[in-house]
Amino acid sequence: MAHSMVGVIFSNIHDENVPELSRHRTMASIPFGGRYRLIDFALSNMVNSGITTVGIVTKNNYQSLIDHIGSGKDWDLARKDGGIILLPPYSDETDTPYTTRLEALKSITGFLNHRNEDYVVISDCDGIAHMDIADIVRYHEEKGADITMVYHEETDVESSYYITLTPDETGRIKGLKINPKLTGKKFNLYVNVMVMSREFLINTIQDAVTRGLVSFGRDILTKNVDTLKIYGYAFKGFYANISSVQKYYEYNMDLLKKDVRDELFGARDIYTKVRDSAPSKYNDGAIVKNSLISDGCVIDGTVENCILFRGVKVGKGSVVKNSIIMQDTVIGDGAHLDCVITDKNVVIRDRRNLAGCEALPYFVAKGRML
Amino acid sequence: MLRKKECVAMLLAGGQGSRLYALTNNIAKPAVAFGAKYRIIDFPLSNCINSGIDTVGVLTQYEPLELNEYIGNGQPWDLDRAFGGVHILSPYQAKKKSSWYEGTANAIYQNMSFMKRYSPDYVLILSGDHIYKMNYAEMLRAHKATGADCTIAAIEVPIKEASRFGVLNCNPDGSIYEFEEKPKVPKSNLASMGIYIFTAEKLFKYLAADDADPNSEKDFGKNVLPAMLNAGEKMFSYRFKGYWKDVGTISSLWESNMDLLGEEPVFDVADSDWKIHSRNPLAPPEYIGDGAKVGNSMVALGCEIEGTVENSVLAAGVVVEEGAVVKDSVLMAGTVVKRGAQVVYSIVDENVVIEEGAIVGEDKEKKAGIAVLGRNITVAAGAKVAGGQIIDKDYKGE
Repeated sequence: MAHSMVGVIFSNIHDENVPELSRHRTMASIPFGGRYRLIDFALSNMVNSGITTVGIVTKNNYQSLIDHIGSGKDWDLARKDGGIILLPPYSDETDTPYTTRLEALKSITGFLNHRNEDYVVISDCDGIAHMDIADIVRYHEEKGADITMVYHEETDVESSYYITLTPDETGRIKGLKINPKLTGKKFNLYVNVMVMSREFLINTIQDAVTRGLVSFGRDILTKNVDTLKIYGYAFKGFYANISSVQKYYEYNMDLLKKDVRDELFGARDIYTKVRDSAPSKYNDGAIVKNSLISDGCVIDGTVENCILFRGVKVGKGSVVKNSIIMQDTVIGDGAHLDCVITDKNVVIRDRRNLAGCEALPYFVAKGRML
Repeated sequence: MLRKKECVAMLLAGGQGSRLYALTNNIAKPAVAFGAKYRIIDFPLSNCINSGIDTVGVLTQYEPLELNEYIGNGQPWDLDRAFGGVHILSPYQAKKKSSWYEGTANAIYQNMSFMKRYSPDYVLILSGDHIYKMNYAEMLRAHKATGADCTIAAIEVPIKEASRFGVLNCNPDGSIYEFEEKPKVPKSNLASMGIYIFTAEKLFKYLAADDADPNSEKDFGKNVLPAMLNAGEKMFSYRFKGYWKDVGTISSLWESNMDLLGEEPVFDVADSDWKIHSRNPLAPPEYIGDGAKVGNSMVALGCEIEGTVENSVLAAGVVVEEGAVVKDSVLMAGTVVKRGAQVVYSIVDENVVIEEGAIVGEDKEKKAGIAVLGRNITVAAGAKVAGGQIIDKDYKGE
């Protein structure tokens, strides 16, 4: 290994973009793609790149995240040295729990100081992509960068906080804007994955603390774009930014395309919590088309263009189309669902009709019975 | 402090399973895949942990590599423990002698020191050849209640099949007065399931005596149990009523897989009160395509289905291409059925490639038997494998 890396994952940032989905959980633990949580993609990218220590910064509602992560063994991160380290908010007489990313980083300086890896890879959980982190760190070293920020070309973003990057021909970032007006033209969206040397990060945090800075984006990145060597790494693969419930719906549906599946799942393993569900059963009378089905499902009805999470039951004569049905949802007999997202443990009674549209899927909150 | 376990389980997993032919060419029978995501050994291991038995010795001998790798540190069954847990017990070389396991009793005898490390009051003997859900804790309670030295789990079988088993002849209170190993003319239809609970000191005593007997075949059914009975030890039967299937033959393995299907399956692996634990495949959800027809089947993660699948059990990562048909079959992990190929009434082992237009097996009604394809082979485009044929090499047709 030419260079050693430690990962830091922010589990809560951007929660406000998807209030329905993050009401009872962190962004990190939002279910995605039938059997995953959003954090699985960031974690798997790190693990697949040889990272064996990952600090997870949490703030609110992190019970579901703790439940999901467990000891970290499902990601091969139950380690004697390192592994997964949860970093809940910290406060004492002088400090209150953090409100910004910079304050959060300050609160984990103890963790950063105790590690001995050369580089820190910082990632949020709202992006889904298959990224080669080792390649990003190689690029960072090659450029002799202070900070390397990963970007993806987009024409639109729905997030309430986003950063756009303008690199020169060498890759060095010359323009860095927070929440600029979008014109519908292509732009480079920072995908919330960044690399720095551990030493640089610690020094930056210390300097920010003595000067009373609060925002990493505004006070450190935008103010120093000319003096710091900030480089952009262009990520060219499939990238899903979960910046609204509608985007969440669209990107789930993208998994029904073979090329997207091949890119996300084909080359490397995506790790997730194991539940020991039985394989799914397709009983007589089941009609399933163009759908992703997880383990533990029992299907007696019709399922078309859907993502079914683990343990979903679809009763006889029910027709479920264009929908995302999360874990352990039970759909009775003779129900009709079209463009619906049901959160976990929803019960849809017999003969109910629920319909949304692609632009505005009908959302049923966790544990509801309809 | 004395650290001990009340009951230690010893799982006999060394059998070759020669009647499974190509399916056990390179793996031990307990490692044979079952029910889309399981292996046979998942059932006794899950029964152990669900019964509160957390110390299990797995005795391996025949082709142990894959089985050892599968069991690993036992974490999937929650059997990775600081004290106890699952341990692979292979034959080993000792200072005075070294030998392979010679019979079931000898295999246990050679691992006396393993059992004694836990100072158990009771020892549970299991085999790795059966599909069933059983609460061993209840059997242990019965063993204690009767004050038996040995309790044998028993199940009623059709009388005409009883001669394949060890048959227990019992008094009304369940105590055994006679034990007949595979009798020509059985006196009862109560068959031994090969599951024994021994009071530990009795077991150790009779195993030592059996080892010293040069005429013994070192087998529980043939030697140890009759010896105990002859000496007047208290032996009881424990009636088991439920699903229990020896999957030691091609047809019973096929049937047992089919028993998982249907709305009210004969055997339910999705029982939330009795979870069957296993090492889970790392795979995305299965994808069922636009032109696919999947009926009365069990499909595991990572499958890509574009063709027709009927009355079948498909393990992780199986691909059924457009126009291909899989019917009345068991397909193990990673097998690919290419465009227009047909697999009927067959068991296909892992990572087999069935090329375009090939036909494997014949309809069940034709009574030609189950076709079997061993692992990692290719059936050439257009080739035809007859019903009942067993193939373990690349196949181009006659």
